Formats: sequence, C-alpha cells, structure tokens
Amino acid sequence: MPFLPTAYCLPPTTPMKLSDLTTRAGEWLRGNGPMSEIVISSRIRLARNLTGHRFLGRASRTERNALVKQVSSVLLDNPVAPNSFYVNLDDAPEIDRNLLVERHLISKPHATAEGARGVSVSGDETVSIMVNEEDHLRIQVLRSGLQLDEAWNQINQIDDTLEAKLNFAFHPRFGYLTACPTNVGTGIRVSVMLHLPALKLTGEIEKVFRAAKDMKLAVRGLYGEGTEATGDFYQISNQTTLGKSEEDLISDFRHVVIPKIIDYEHHARKTLLNDRTTALDDKCCRALGILRTARLMASEETLFLLSHLRMGVNLGRVKEVDIQTINELFLLTQPAHLQKLQGRKLEGDLRRAARADFIRQKLNGG
Amino acid sequence: MKCDNCSKPATVHLTEIRSGKKIEKHLCEQCAAASEGLPVKAHTPINELLTNFVMAHSGLQKEMGTTCEHCGITWAEFRQHGLFGCEHDYDLFEKDLTPLLQRAHEAATHHTGKVPTRAVASTGSVPKKRKTIDMSKLKKELQRAVENEDYERAAQLRDAIKEAEG
Repeated sequence: MPFLPTAYCLPPTTPMKLSDLTTRAGEWLRGNGPMSEIVISSRIRLARNLTGHRFLGRASRTERNALVKQVSSVLLDNPVAPNSFYVNLDDAPEIDRNLLVERHLISKPHATAEGARGVSVSGDETVSIMVNEEDHLRIQVLRSGLQLDEAWNQINQIDDTLEAKLNFAFHPRFGYLTACPTNVGTGIRVSVMLHLPALKLTGEIEKVFRAAKDMKLAVRGLYGEGTEATGDFYQISNQTTLGKSEEDLISDFRHVVIPKIIDYEHHARKTLLNDRTTALDDKCCRALGILRTARLMASEETLFLLSHLRMGVNLGRVKEVDIQTINELFLLTQPAHLQKLQGRKLEGDLRRAARADFIRQKLNGG
Repeated sequence: MKCDNCSKPATVHLTEIRSGKKIEKHLCEQCAAASEGLPVKAHTPINELLTNFVMAHSGLQKEMGTTCEHCGITWAEFRQHGLFGCEHDYDLFEKDLTPLLQRAHEAATHHTGKVPTRAVASTGSVPKKRKTIDMSKLKKELQRAVENEDYERAAQLRDAIKEAEG
C-alpha cells in the first residue's frame, strides 16, 4: 500500500459550518417521517467508553485532552456520515453551544460543561457524536417521524465502524461499561418524541404517564432529562439497558408502546373533533390570532400556542398555515436561533419583541 | 414523681456529684431543656433512629471500604454521585453493585445484547443469553396467544414457562 501523507487521509474539506444550520429546521423537526402528525422524531443513542482510560469524572486534564485528540482524529479519518464536521466545544461561544442544544445535537450538560470536549455532526444532522460527555463517546442517530428500525441499522453500523478503530470497554457479564451503571449493558437509549396535544386537552395524558411508568419508561420534556413538557411535546425513553437486547427493546417501542400511545392520541383527537368542535376551533383560531398579532412573545407561550396551531392544521381545522412553517417556527423562535438569525444578543423585551416580529412575518406571509 | 420546678411529671432524672456531694434532680422535659440546656426528646422517631444507624454504618464502610487502585474511588463516593471512576470499578464493587443493577434494570444482572467483534474474537464465543430474556419473551408470547384466543399455543407456552422456571 503506498504511503499517503496524513492530509490525503482526511475527507475533502467540508463546506458545512454551524452557521449554515440556523436557517432551516433540523432533522427532528423536518416533520416528514412516518406518523409525523404525532411522532416528531425517533432517536437512538449509544454510550461507549475507551478501555484503558478512566471515566470522565476521574480523568485528569491531560487524559481528557488525549481522549478528545484520539477520538476526534478517528472521527475525521473515518467519517461515519457524509459532510460531517467537528465542533470543539471548549472554544465555541455560548450561543453556538445553545444552538446545538436547541437542534438536539448535544445535551444541555455537554453545552455547559468545562474542559476538552466536542461533537461531530453530519451534514444532514441525523448523526451526532459527542466526545467527553458523561461517557467518552455518546453516539446519536436522529430521524424524523417513527423510524426506529432505520435509526438502529444506521447507529449499529456506525458503532461497528468506530469499534474497528477504538477499543471499547466491554465486560462479558455487564456488557458495555458506562460511567453510570443505569446505562450499562447495551448503553442504549431509545427515545421517541411525541406531540400529544389532544391527550393533554382531554386530561388523559396522566394515563399515558402511569402506563409508561409501569413499563419502566421515562417521560421527559422537549430537551430531555430534567426538562418540563412544553408545547405538549413528550419524550418517551427506555430506562432498562441491561438484560434486554437492542432489537428486543426497539421492537417493544416500535410494535407495542408507541402504536398504543398513537392510538390514544388519535382517539382523543377524534373525540375533540366530534364532540367538542367549537372548543377545538376556539383553541386553534385563538392561537393563530395571538401569534399573528402579538407584539411581545415569550418562548414558553410560543410553544404553547404553536402546539395548538399544529393540532389545528393536522386536523384540517386551520387551512391557511402549512405544517412546515409551524415546525420551523418551533425551532427558529428558540432563544439561540432567534439571536443567531438577528445577528446580535437580545435580552428581555427586546428578545420577546424580535420573536413576535419574526412569527408575525412568517404567519402573515412576509 | 413531680418535677422539682413545676407540677408536671418528672421524666428526666439527673445525678450530679459536686465537690463530693451527690445532688439529685428530677425535672420535666421543658424544665430540663430550660435549666440544664438538655435537648431532651421523649421519643426519637423511628425514621430518625434508622437514618442515624445507616449514616453511622455507611461512615464505617467509607473508612474501611476498598479504594480502586486505578481511579481512587470508594463505594461511598460512588453512592454520592452515582458515577464510577473507571471500568475496573464494575469488578471491584460487583457484590454491592448487583442489587442496585437489579433495581435499575428490571431484575437483570447480565448483558444479553450486542457484543463487540473484538470481544468475540478474544473469548472465542458470544456470552450466553440468560434465562431472564427468554422468560420475558415466552411470557409476552403467552399473553399474545391468550389475546388471540390461540389456546393450543398458550398451553404449549405455559408448559415451556413452567419447565424453564424449574
């Protein structure tokens, strides 16, 4: 094999940059996958650690730096997805880190942590690999709508590719070893983001929570652990990672858990449509009215109103707005996106005013 | 017996020896607290007793506990933050860890999922699937058979579960 200088081994320079992401909806809000009227996105993540290195809570600064160097160079030399780019989060400004959180490409703790750490993101944002989060690697595949099997096939391949280059800590009894024993075994977290406005309105959402709890599933808000369910978005994910194979776990989600919740939501939507038409119309039209005319909009109120509007569009009660616009608004009105689009830091009423302007412009057709 | 200071029943009995002279005091709770500064509680709640006991016990463990030679973590430190310091901790604290794992993972104690090629190559075999996973599959199948009113299949599955359970 002819000797090649290192530069030739690198992928062609990637034109993608962080700022390219700001103008469009991320993969998780593209809103065109299967069952997308209720299932916003499917996400699978795998936690992996390198053997021979301490976990991050006990790693020295030198060890942390060495880990980033080793893993990022493997990611650069073996691009696991097209147009991938690597962001060094230690150097990245706060707004860029928050932007990645809002796009579900990194976790909140990864954005606010300190020390050498980074993330590799694919051009279409379906793949992101966090380096030095709670574990040395957190590999994530994100897809619009209900696409768990596709997500698993992709992440399994990525894991195989990386495993050929990196020696992952594995134990014959405990499986993949993770910093927190709640992730040990498969190291897998399967999450499905659902939009359940009708169950919320009919007061039946509690039943879903109880059923999920019985099945050892976690229900979280829009941005995962520790976040409230805003805008009627609920993230359902597994908690058990040991003693079940990845395929069994995914199959449970795909064939049992999620179809059941979708059925409940459909049923609740039908009830609203048939028995409470005026109340339903009032919710959607009121939401559209406020969004089209308000002059100051807080981000929580925006999510709340957009959620009602989204339901109205999905049920054919609101015809003048398309779902794509609403999905974009969900993302682009978040604080970091809004400030990035405006090109300046905005606080308080200035930010709320900019948000209201942006929404009015989008909904009133320019 | 009544309190030396008031008419309430005396529940605190003190014996003091001052310059070789024995002084006995019989006080009620309030007077004992006021005059002697004794924080007396008639009954210590059972949960407090237990907490104190557990605290003392865990303190003892911390002193005597093993420390990982690779990352320096002790079991008590792990319990505080919930995070291990390195891969070796799983073997080192295996005994203490097992009940925690069972609680977190629906009673499972063994990995039954993906195995890296490297691990297969080094051991020459894939770790055996444990009984637990087969059981849960069987039970699920049984439930499905009952729902579908496929009683013949249900009976077969019931027998299989019985056999597996020993």
